[in-house]
Amino acid sequence: MSMNAVGRPTRPDDIAETSAEFKSLTGGKGLLQYERLIFEKKDYTRTGVDFADIDITPSDLGDLVRGDDLGLPGLTEPEAMRHYVRLSQKNHAIDLALYPLGSCTMKHNPRLNEKMARLEGIGDIHPLQPTSTVQGALELMDTLAHWLKTLTGMPAVALSPKAGAHGELCGLLSIKAAHEAKGQGHRRTVLVPSSAHGTNPATAAFVGYSVREIAQTSDGRVDLADLKSKITDDVAAIMLTNPNTCGLFERDIVDIAKLIHDAGAYFYCDGANFNAIVGRVRPGDLGVDAMHINLHKTFSTPHGGGGPGAGPVVLSEALAAYAPTPWVVNSGNGYVLEEFGEEASAANFGRMCAFHGQMGMYVRALTYMLSHGSDGLRQVAEDAVLNANYIKASLQDIMSVPFPDGPCMHEALFDDKWLEGTQVTTLDFAKAMIDEGFHPMTMYFPLVVHGAMLIEPTETESKAELDRFIDTLRALAASALATKNNTDDVARFKNAPHLAPTRRLDETKAARQPKLTYG
Amino acid sequence: MRYLPLNEADRAQMLATIGAKSVDDLFVDVPASARLTAPVDLPRYAGEMEVEAQIKAMAAKNLSPSRVPFFVGAGAYRHHVPSTVDHIIQRSEFLTSYTPYQPEIAQGTLQVLFEFQTQVARLTGMPVANASLYDGSTAAAEGVLMAQRITKRNKAVMSGGLHPHYTHTVETLAHAVGMETEALTPAVDAEAEVLKHIDKDTACVVVQTPNVFGTATDLTQIAEAAQAAGALLIVVVTEVMSLGLLKSPGEMGADIVAVEGQSIGVPLSFGGPYVGLFAAKEKYLRQMPGRLCGETVDADGERGFVLTLSTREQHIRRDKATSNICTNSGLCALAFSIHMSLLGQEGLKRVAKINYAKAHALKDQLASIAGIDALTPRFFNEFTIKLPKVAAEIVEVLAAKGILGGVPFTRLHKDAAFDNHLIIAVTETVSDTDMSAFVAALKEVL
Repeated sequence: MSMNAVGRPTRPDDIAETSAEFKSLTGGKGLLQYERLIFEKKDYTRTGVDFADIDITPSDLGDLVRGDDLGLPGLTEPEAMRHYVRLSQKNHAIDLALYPLGSCTMKHNPRLNEKMARLEGIGDIHPLQPTSTVQGALELMDTLAHWLKTLTGMPAVALSPKAGAHGELCGLLSIKAAHEAKGQGHRRTVLVPSSAHGTNPATAAFVGYSVREIAQTSDGRVDLADLKSKITDDVAAIMLTNPNTCGLFERDIVDIAKLIHDAGAYFYCDGANFNAIVGRVRPGDLGVDAMHINLHKTFSTPHGGGGPGAGPVVLSEALAAYAPTPWVVNSGNGYVLEEFGEEASAANFGRMCAFHGQMGMYVRALTYMLSHGSDGLRQVAEDAVLNANYIKASLQDIMSVPFPDGPCMHEALFDDKWLEGTQVTTLDFAKAMIDEGFHPMTMYFPLVVHGAMLIEPTETESKAELDRFIDTLRALAASALATKNNTDDVARFKNAPHLAPTRRLDETKAARQPKLTYG
Repeated sequence: MRYLPLNEADRAQMLATIGAKSVDDLFVDVPASARLTAPVDLPRYAGEMEVEAQIKAMAAKNLSPSRVPFFVGAGAYRHHVPSTVDHIIQRSEFLTSYTPYQPEIAQGTLQVLFEFQTQVARLTGMPVANASLYDGSTAAAEGVLMAQRITKRNKAVMSGGLHPHYTHTVETLAHAVGMETEALTPAVDAEAEVLKHIDKDTACVVVQTPNVFGTATDLTQIAEAAQAAGALLIVVVTEVMSLGLLKSPGEMGADIVAVEGQSIGVPLSFGGPYVGLFAAKEKYLRQMPGRLCGETVDADGERGFVLTLSTREQHIRRDKATSNICTNSGLCALAFSIHMSLLGQEGLKRVAKINYAKAHALKDQLASIAGIDALTPRFFNEFTIKLPKVAAEIVEVLAAKGILGGVPFTRLHKDAAFDNHLIIAVTETVSDTDMSAFVAALKEVL
């Protein structure tokens, strides 16, 4: 054994082999610390904010004053920092590695956007200040609106919806209002392809519409013949994602729009995948009447572990009058915030939320747009599509592709046919990716493809990172295929993840015996 | 371009692997008539410095609340947020992660959500809470739809003290699902009026405390009477800081609670993003909207957390879901939870008392001015006064003097009977000097 001058071993020769079953005494895993719940620290006297404890006599409140024990523990600043930093290290993140969730568009989040959202005069202004004191904020909203309208080729936009599903609701309520205004209130059916996002049928049902499903062709697009047979005079709209959830552009989209319009219905486009076409295709040129834009996808406002998002809805001439309040008008003599909808249009269908929407997301999205410019945004779509096709081309000889003919758009879809005869499922394969340091792709969606694996790399991945990802998936795929003949590699998949902060979790137990709060 | 790692050599190699001549080959499925051949008519690529200058120019046209005496509230409040909060929420692992669909590599977010749900439950005095909704107003609307599902009744009655934006939001969504709504005439102190409007078709009454005029009300009797008539009580709170001093909705018997959580941890940001806190009685758990985080164990028997009861949700149930919500307000929920942990109940109670004391001190000073009537009988940090002149005009005059002096009620609801009503909020961020300046300026302009 080699020793240094004070007799400390300097090589690991004599260290016993670590058992796979090794468990630390603390429950942590080295840098991944075990961290209790704040409620288990049971300290109700401490606080991390220095406010004086003043005496008051709330005589007007009488019995309304609360008792002393709220059950809310406090942490001093260093304790809080430790708690949340320890927890943070148990999360995967875009900043750490590829996050190829199809349909979710996990791209790099520029930090300039964060800085701009926190500027004095942006992050700290109140929604009900006199509008004379927030002219810059209204200008920002109007500028964002101009970019969104120009990029989509649509004449109007409702900014206030707070996420994609909220935007879908806004779009369908505009459509419903338009039908009712034309005496077409009997139209209560929405056509939705079988591959649609769950939010589409959920939103349609929400506004009291019934859902009629449209079949898909063997090449992953809307079945035009089936669509024609299902257009009846009670159809209010079609909700169609384009590029669709199989990652394919709907080739017949212009014909679909015409069929829908000829039948007196409207075309709602789910804009979740606008990232694939921004700067190259304007939905307005395809015949779209309403489309939400997830600013947290295409325009890179951070996903934040599940929001906040923002879902502005662009509207065609036919629907513009029904947009919800509030909206911004550039009067030529300053910006006006129309909060009651009396002046420009009495036809508005109502209000989506208090105040004027997700300003913090508007400023991030506008910063992103100004940074890229019209040329950069076009490049975004091209690189996103190029990256997805590169992944598809590099894996399709080993993993099976349900729609092999022609290019995909911004995401590459695989099915589980290639896993037949192995001992590995889509879920096992996805969980094994975690051990290799990648977030799994979207799995088992779209529902129309068996054992679907939907990979969306986005344009912000370098070729080197894509190659690393491809090499990893090829190696994993080879290992999965080897389970046809022997059991050596089965544990790699069935017990995965081995190296994550936790092992596979029991979701059945969580649902059968719900425990949603501590204690 | 600083955000795009591929260069021309990469692109050429990748096209070769794909077997495409140019990137145009990848867009062949787009109908020829819709292919743009050049960038749209918008400015081109710009560097960080240029973009920053553009956004800053817009920011500079706004009057920042941090520069002037500030008394604006009515559903969004300026509070001190510890620096730690914004530092933590900008950590990559929180900022740039997705909804925790893969729990093994999202335990950070999930444990935070579990703690958040527990904090919300305890703060509101309710047994269960969800992992957040968009904001208080959409939470109120979701509460009304939930009441319809539970009671199978079809009408919602909204108190005249409910924030008019909330009333309007509830009306929009309730009408969308075919519910009827009855919004009572705005009134400073008449929450019990809702009871007169309950009939056999009433699913819920929606009551806010403190209400939009600032009035705090004990809803215990309203809860009992509503429930005796088969309707649910939905309690709305737009100033969550008030729960540090006031009796919780749960203690008063609420069935469903919808709260705007912005005051704790979330910047004003001109109205959004904010965070909706949503809590309910345990028996209504399976009718709740939105994401829920639950405790479970992993394959080794160790505690872990997952999103649960997802059979209520749109991605499983599609058109049978309890709500269409998907993305909610995760990062704002994190900010709320961090700020709440830093405060603890001790800090929350202290800051609540400071809010109370400052607001009452200002009310006393304003009430002593001739011509001003202080209308709010019981309040936390917000109250309404009646001016001898039109409030919207006074507010503009004050703004020109560099004072942001409250919200005219007619900004929220046009009704000549309220032309002179001004809603004034006072938080811990207001100094004695600010108050003196406000009082002096108001005396001058009245």
